[in-house]
Amino acid sequence: MADTASRERPVVDLDRAVIRFAGDSGDGMQLTGDRFTNSSALFGNDLSTLPDFPAEIRAPAGTLAGVSAFQVHISDHDILTPGDHPSVLVAMNPAALKANLSDVTPTGTLIVNSDAFDERALAKADYASNPLTDGSLSAYTVYEVPMTSITMEAVKPTGTKPREAERSKNFFALGLITWLYTRPTEATLTWIQERFAKTPMVAEANSLAFKAGWNFGETAELFPSTYEVKPAPLEPGHYTNISGNTALAWGLIAAGQLAQLPLFLGSYPITPASDILHELSKHKNFGVRTLQAEDEIAGVGAALGAAYAGSLGITTTSGPGVDLKAETIGLAVSLELPLLVIDIQRGGPSTGLPTKTEQADLLQAMFGRHGESPVPIVAPSTPGDCFFAAIEAARIALKYRTPVFLLSDGYLANGAEPWKVPDVATLPDISVRFATEPNHTAEDGTEEFWPYLRDATTLARPWAIPGTPGLTHRIGGLEKQDGSGSVSYDPANHELMTKLRVAKVAGIAADIPLVEVDDPVVPGGEEGGAEVLVVGWGSTYGAIQAAIRRLRVKGHPVAHAHIRHLNPFPSNLGEVLRSYPKVLVPEMNLGQLVKLIRADFLVDARGLSKVKGQPFRAEEIEAAIYDMLLDR
Amino acid sequence: MTDVAVPATTKKDWTSDQEIRWCPGCGDYSILTAVQMLMPELGARREDTVFVSGIGCSSRFPYYMNTYGVHSIHGRAPAMATGIAVSRPDLHVWVITGDGDALSIGGNHLMHALRRNVNLTIILFNNQIYGLTKGQYSPTSEAGKVTKSTPFGSLDHPYNPVSLALGAEASFVARTHDMDRKHMMETFRRAYRHQGAALVEVYQNCNVFNDGAFDLILSKDARPRMLIPLAHGEPIRFGPDGEWGVVFEDGSARVVEVADVGEDRLGVHDEHREDPSLAFALSRLASGPTAPTPVGVFRDVERPHYGALVNEQLVAAAERKGPGDLAALLSSGSTWTVT
Repeated sequence: MADTASRERPVVDLDRAVIRFAGDSGDGMQLTGDRFTNSSALFGNDLSTLPDFPAEIRAPAGTLAGVSAFQVHISDHDILTPGDHPSVLVAMNPAALKANLSDVTPTGTLIVNSDAFDERALAKADYASNPLTDGSLSAYTVYEVPMTSITMEAVKPTGTKPREAERSKNFFALGLITWLYTRPTEATLTWIQERFAKTPMVAEANSLAFKAGWNFGETAELFPSTYEVKPAPLEPGHYTNISGNTALAWGLIAAGQLAQLPLFLGSYPITPASDILHELSKHKNFGVRTLQAEDEIAGVGAALGAAYAGSLGITTTSGPGVDLKAETIGLAVSLELPLLVIDIQRGGPSTGLPTKTEQADLLQAMFGRHGESPVPIVAPSTPGDCFFAAIEAARIALKYRTPVFLLSDGYLANGAEPWKVPDVATLPDISVRFATEPNHTAEDGTEEFWPYLRDATTLARPWAIPGTPGLTHRIGGLEKQDGSGSVSYDPANHELMTKLRVAKVAGIAADIPLVEVDDPVVPGGEEGGAEVLVVGWGSTYGAIQAAIRRLRVKGHPVAHAHIRHLNPFPSNLGEVLRSYPKVLVPEMNLGQLVKLIRADFLVDARGLSKVKGQPFRAEEIEAAIYDMLLDR
Repeated sequence: MTDVAVPATTKKDWTSDQEIRWCPGCGDYSILTAVQMLMPELGARREDTVFVSGIGCSSRFPYYMNTYGVHSIHGRAPAMATGIAVSRPDLHVWVITGDGDALSIGGNHLMHALRRNVNLTIILFNNQIYGLTKGQYSPTSEAGKVTKSTPFGSLDHPYNPVSLALGAEASFVARTHDMDRKHMMETFRRAYRHQGAALVEVYQNCNVFNDGAFDLILSKDARPRMLIPLAHGEPIRFGPDGEWGVVFEDGSARVVEVADVGEDRLGVHDEHREDPSLAFALSRLASGPTAPTPVGVFRDVERPHYGALVNEQLVAAAERKGPGDLAALLSSGSTWTVT
């Protein structure tokens, strides 16, 4: 087996490719996609991924409900999304074909496991006739590959039982696609040996299946050519392929280091946030304490307790967990203690769509507590940005002694991209000082500690942790007297404290970057610059930017502003919004940011909504902007 | 925190400047006094002491202690205290809670704090009523209780907090009452010295909404007949002249007249017994404060506390992998270099 395709067969250079692996939940499609992604990353492509799997661990085999897919976009240039439409679909069974076919480009390539297209499987996928023979796929280039039978034949030497042998077919598919796209094979073969080190027979079977897939492509004379997507000219540096949840977990560890505080995570397992708990649990040598609590409320309660005692307190969750944590977040607002609330948003309401993405918790983060209880909100825009967003959220929480929401989502959490590893020395110092001395002199001359005597600039109160002599004090959820922190029912004091808490959060606007507008002169573009400003937040960044680039190529200037700080807004946001005649706000909800913008700035911003559990396609945003340009 | 000798303190040092706002005559006062009197004897440092509470009359307690304190939200004190105790094993963390706070809205957290053996001294004020919300029945109220929310009598079967704690395999479980400062102080002292989760149920009179709930067992003349003092290694015996005792039969406990069975048959109390079933049997002697009721320490066994175990893992990880190196972490996956 060689690392390059046969010389006789032409190699077609592509600038990009979008490939989707689809199969049954038990077929290992996520793993297959993930391995292909890694070998592409190591090869030097730019890439973006979209894992898409059902909430059920094992939905009934062969059914549409059980289809699991992984889409990866690889390119020789800078890309921003996992691609609107796959040009290649690998379908391991009829259900996978049926569930994904409508997304494939009209002239796309289908590589199907023909062994799986028997009558029973076709019936399970609700096919009345076999699409491989009834002519319904005539527009596509279809490659029928008996993946199951070749795999079983290939792994025979290992002595694996047939039922087990059949399970290696995803590695056959991976081998075939690795050959088709002339990817290197060594990294995957090494990975297989490491991953299955404890079960050598499985490792051997998977290696043989992978090689069989590669050899099938090489020898079967089925494919007229192979493809090559050359490395992308990324900025020089050291890269790794990273998912949003891993980046977020590493960002939290970095925040603890940069703040010189121990990390304490109180969390309860929930999709799609659990991987942050898993990742942080591995890194106890950084002094990270992780508590898998008895419930969501205990998770945030313990995190707040740890924050009170001097840790960087964190809780990670998704929407249903945020519902349960609301009261404790309100307590953190009242106690004025730093606390990070990481919400990996998913489709709601209620259990909703646990494994699908949505951005519908923005108004919950803004307003989802009783009373006037403002909480700053930070939202990352790409998987790699989750790292920096975590540090920024921690900076605000620590400096202003406030809970901070970090709103990621399922798409960012599970999606991956090449990430330029930052130089640790360039990361910000976010250290804070604990109170060590009394800060007030009583009328009788006694030196006292007043827990609610605020810093004049930040309005933050002192953070005096237990163990500090001379500063013993009591705080709680009851309203406190300004300054002394004693329980107070005084009406004027309550109004003052309410306004102080709001002013403290509003004041953060002076301490965050202005919103940047991406609005370059477009060669050959219309006179007078952009008419439409697209405003986005969070994970829609890639799709918005891709849509706008397409329009610019066509000569339409369009501006893009992406909001990282959603509460408070950057101080120039109103000015930016008012300087464009038309404003479009695409969101994976029914119009939450657009509601805030309209309320705060009285601009006639228009929303673009999508709540299908899937991220926007660039073409959807492109069409909406185009409609707006044409006043449709 | 340090090895420097703890300066001697007095009750006054442990008393905050806050005006106490419990109803006059409330049993909470005597519990507060017992704790404030005990602290100097324990040789504790004020700054290393944290009182955490939830919501309810009892939960005002931290405001009155001149220590660190948090008055949190309803039922969640054990959760918040877990975060404090686990992240800072150098502190001594007390949880002050009531029957509604600990057993109703916060039942889950109490159960898990006990199961995990978090290093907490938990004082549960049981007055069998909701006081702060003005007189609804609580999860320890006797069935049939007529209150504002149950005008035709409550239908709920009550919890026995000691049974519940033993069921959760708490490593230290005790009961005392607000009429006996000496007994309270001795019980609290034992709880304080215990490494791990210690739960002390305190029968506490609410003189406004449930006055006299414990009179049948706690009035001065009733006590010798109705309280069964538990003492480790001693036969379980009570009565003005020690005429009654407790025997264990088929895993349950039964009150007997000593004259009927003979002294040798009396059960001997063993706090340190690993198997909690006999302690549980003792807790079932009285389903409410209407029958002879054991007081004192039911169970006191040694088990590593949660914060210590968490710390051990941190130390072991640092020894195995070396201290955390951020730059190394960020490059720990598959990486490649673009030039």
